[in-house]
Amino acid sequence: MSFLKIKNLSVDYKMRRETINAAKNVNIDVNKGEILGLVGESGSGKSTVGNAIINLIDEPGRVSNGSIVLDGIDIHADAQNIVKYRGKKIGLIFQDPQTSLNPILTIGEQLIETIQTHLNLNADDAKNKAINLLKEVGIKEAETRFDNYPHQFSGGMRQRVVISLALCCEPELLIADEPTTALDVSIQSQILDLIKKLTKERNLAVILITHDMGVIAETTDRVAVMKNGDLVEIGPTKELLTKPKEIYTRSLVSSVPPTNKKISRFKIIEKENKKQSDTNIKILNRWVKKEISDKDLVKVESLSKTFDDSFFIESSKNSVMAVNDVSFSIKEGQSFGLVGESGSGKSTIAKMIVNLFKPSSGDIYFNEVCITKIKSNKEMLKFRKQIQMIFQDPYSSLNGRLKVKDIVSEPIKLHNPSVSSKDLDDYISDLLESVELTQQSAERYPHEFSGGQRQRISIARALATQPRLLVCDEPTSALDVSIQAQILNLLKDLQEQLNLTILFISHDLPVVRQMCDRIAVLKNGKLCEISNTEDLFIKPKHDYTKELLKLMPKIESIYK
Amino acid sequence: MDSQRLTLLSRIKDSDIYFSFIKSPTAIVSSVILIIIFFCSFFVEFVAPFNPFDPSSLSLMEAFTPPSWSEKGMDKYILGTDGQGRDMLSTILYGSRISLIVGFSAILFSLLLGVTLGLTAGYFGGKYEMIVMRLTDVQLTVPSILMALLVDGIARGIISRELHDEMAIYVLIFAIGISEWPQFARVSRAATLVEKNKDYVSASTIIGVSNILIMFKHILPNIMRPVLVIGTIGLALAIIAESTLSFLGVGVPPTTPSLGTLIRIGNDFLFSGEWWITFFPAIFLVLLAFSINLLGDWMRDTLNPKLN
Repeated sequence: MSFLKIKNLSVDYKMRRETINAAKNVNIDVNKGEILGLVGESGSGKSTVGNAIINLIDEPGRVSNGSIVLDGIDIHADAQNIVKYRGKKIGLIFQDPQTSLNPILTIGEQLIETIQTHLNLNADDAKNKAINLLKEVGIKEAETRFDNYPHQFSGGMRQRVVISLALCCEPELLIADEPTTALDVSIQSQILDLIKKLTKERNLAVILITHDMGVIAETTDRVAVMKNGDLVEIGPTKELLTKPKEIYTRSLVSSVPPTNKKISRFKIIEKENKKQSDTNIKILNRWVKKEISDKDLVKVESLSKTFDDSFFIESSKNSVMAVNDVSFSIKEGQSFGLVGESGSGKSTIAKMIVNLFKPSSGDIYFNEVCITKIKSNKEMLKFRKQIQMIFQDPYSSLNGRLKVKDIVSEPIKLHNPSVSSKDLDDYISDLLESVELTQQSAERYPHEFSGGQRQRISIARALATQPRLLVCDEPTSALDVSIQAQILNLLKDLQEQLNLTILFISHDLPVVRQMCDRIAVLKNGKLCEISNTEDLFIKPKHDYTKELLKLMPKIESIYK
Repeated sequence: MDSQRLTLLSRIKDSDIYFSFIKSPTAIVSSVILIIIFFCSFFVEFVAPFNPFDPSSLSLMEAFTPPSWSEKGMDKYILGTDGQGRDMLSTILYGSRISLIVGFSAILFSLLLGVTLGLTAGYFGGKYEMIVMRLTDVQLTVPSILMALLVDGIARGIISRELHDEMAIYVLIFAIGISEWPQFARVSRAATLVEKNKDYVSASTIIGVSNILIMFKHILPNIMRPVLVIGTIGLALAIIAESTLSFLGVGVPPTTPSLGTLIRIGNDFLFSGEWWITFFPAIFLVLLAFSINLLGDWMRDTLNPKLN
């Protein structure tokens, strides 16, 4: 008899036009002392299942069928029941530690409040218990930090506090919904280790909801794969990842970028076999192809950027050094990776190269011209044309009020005002086909497209000026892993065919390994090391790089 | 062309706004009332039973006739007549046209001024933004009625007496418009600050699009929703402000009375028992402003849930 048994769970969202089945007849069981991974892409219903257990489904959704049996008791049979279980028997950890703590209460107050709600303890006992919990989740000097407010903790520490809050009533079931997605790699591994440790020590049943296959491979004992509300496959993690039975699981595993080797393309397993023709990059005919020379296209020399807090006076006290004396160069036709955790200054460098920010000091040379010294807009326009950028968030990077046609045509018209309308239409449809979108897309608005398709529109817009340098700022980190594989394949193809130079920015080491020829590692605005991709992954020189490599979740760890 | 119009119609029918509209009785009722009022006001020559400004149709003998359902009422004057024998219903309809013209023009004036200043302030930032925003703060400290009185006073000083009656309506539009613009400036600046940090603006900058084009082609359409909501609610305020000023005697002249002027004229007769002369224009004004406000509230809930 397993500890938690989800039987035939169905959750419906009754919408205006149709009813969406967020979960369809899902059967999952979790044992004590075990971590069950619940994995799937966005919209697969993994969070819905997590929320259904504690009855946190928002209107207009409702549990339409099935039962949830915890320790032999059907907890959904009585609506009052769930209030008793939530918090007491079931603990919760949410994704964002910034929002899951109340900012106006000290963490001590929040812990004591939760403890006293569920357990009959007096103030002193509750305080002792709270301090012990904080120690257990690894917060140093718990007695003094007890009276601190959430904003005085870092992201990782805050997530520890959230975990202690989830644990404070001795729950037996812990539901963690993407607990490390908002955290950096180094913090992520600490939190996952903590969850693993607590599972063993307290004999908890844990459901870990995540989209990250690396996390699944390293943390979970068993894994359940979901797609569009259906449970595709459930089984022991090692068996499921190495010998997946279902096509969907196989395609999911194959689209995860491997950490230990470089592959030329991601395998896309699709039900319909779309014929892969090499001639799909139609704009090749229009492209004024630059022969690859052995010269540096981009040269960055001791670049620094300071952000000032103060509005009126330039004070050194309040300023933040986002980028500190960074130099590197990119050869034409190369893919150059910039890697670092959040706050490392990698996006700031990108924005200086595309001239959205002016550097505080240092120079950027493009094709041996110093573009940081250009004053006039007219002069700058020549370089704007050659440097384009793809952004992280596919939702905010397209103007929702314009048709796709107008979005893509804007750069063409701007740089070539005399273009005839027929030429323009041809050009647009060539561009859209090159990024594997249909011609009909031109007449539609961005909100009619999915995240991956929007990113393709972004790429089409960036290619419209026929740039030589493409700056990609985390182009796939907002996308699902199978979509990520498609977009990365597309970028690789485009680069090969069009001789593009790519500056690829990411926090995701396996992705960078697949995409880049050379990699620079950044930490707190400073450059740690630059080397060729294979050298960096096989024999890293800098301590920080070694640590990053050690901590990154590896799907291959399952084979050991 | 025809198929395009068809798709536009079906797109409107398919949209969430239409859906929320047909689900909201308040929105339907208030917009039906508004459509009727707008229609009657703008085609008043064809709708109104009398032309109150045509002296030949006036009969002083029939002055102070009460509404038709009371004892001394006459069938042809449904809402009775005023002190000069003008039909109340016709006078109200003619009056509401002036009120609506002044309201719409004033709000359009302040919308153009406020959005332009707010948009540029939010986009360029720096000292320019600081100056514009402090200006709105100063403007907000002056009550709109005082501002309008001030403008009217200055206008009377500058413009000669003969011209003044002709110019009165423009002075009124300017006076109301100038006191409403800070609302638009604040809302559009706040919305611009959000929009300008979105990546599509960066993308346009990288492409090399000029600042003017980024502001008016890219950012402006994206900030119009909150601006329209403020505009609708502001329209009711502007109509009320016009009536208040006319009531105080600094608005449109009595020769072309607006709703406010009618209420003021009727006010003189209130104590002698001729209640209908002030009551019906007042009810009409309340109905108009109330309907606009309800529609504005619905728009705020639907178009911009964050504004609550």
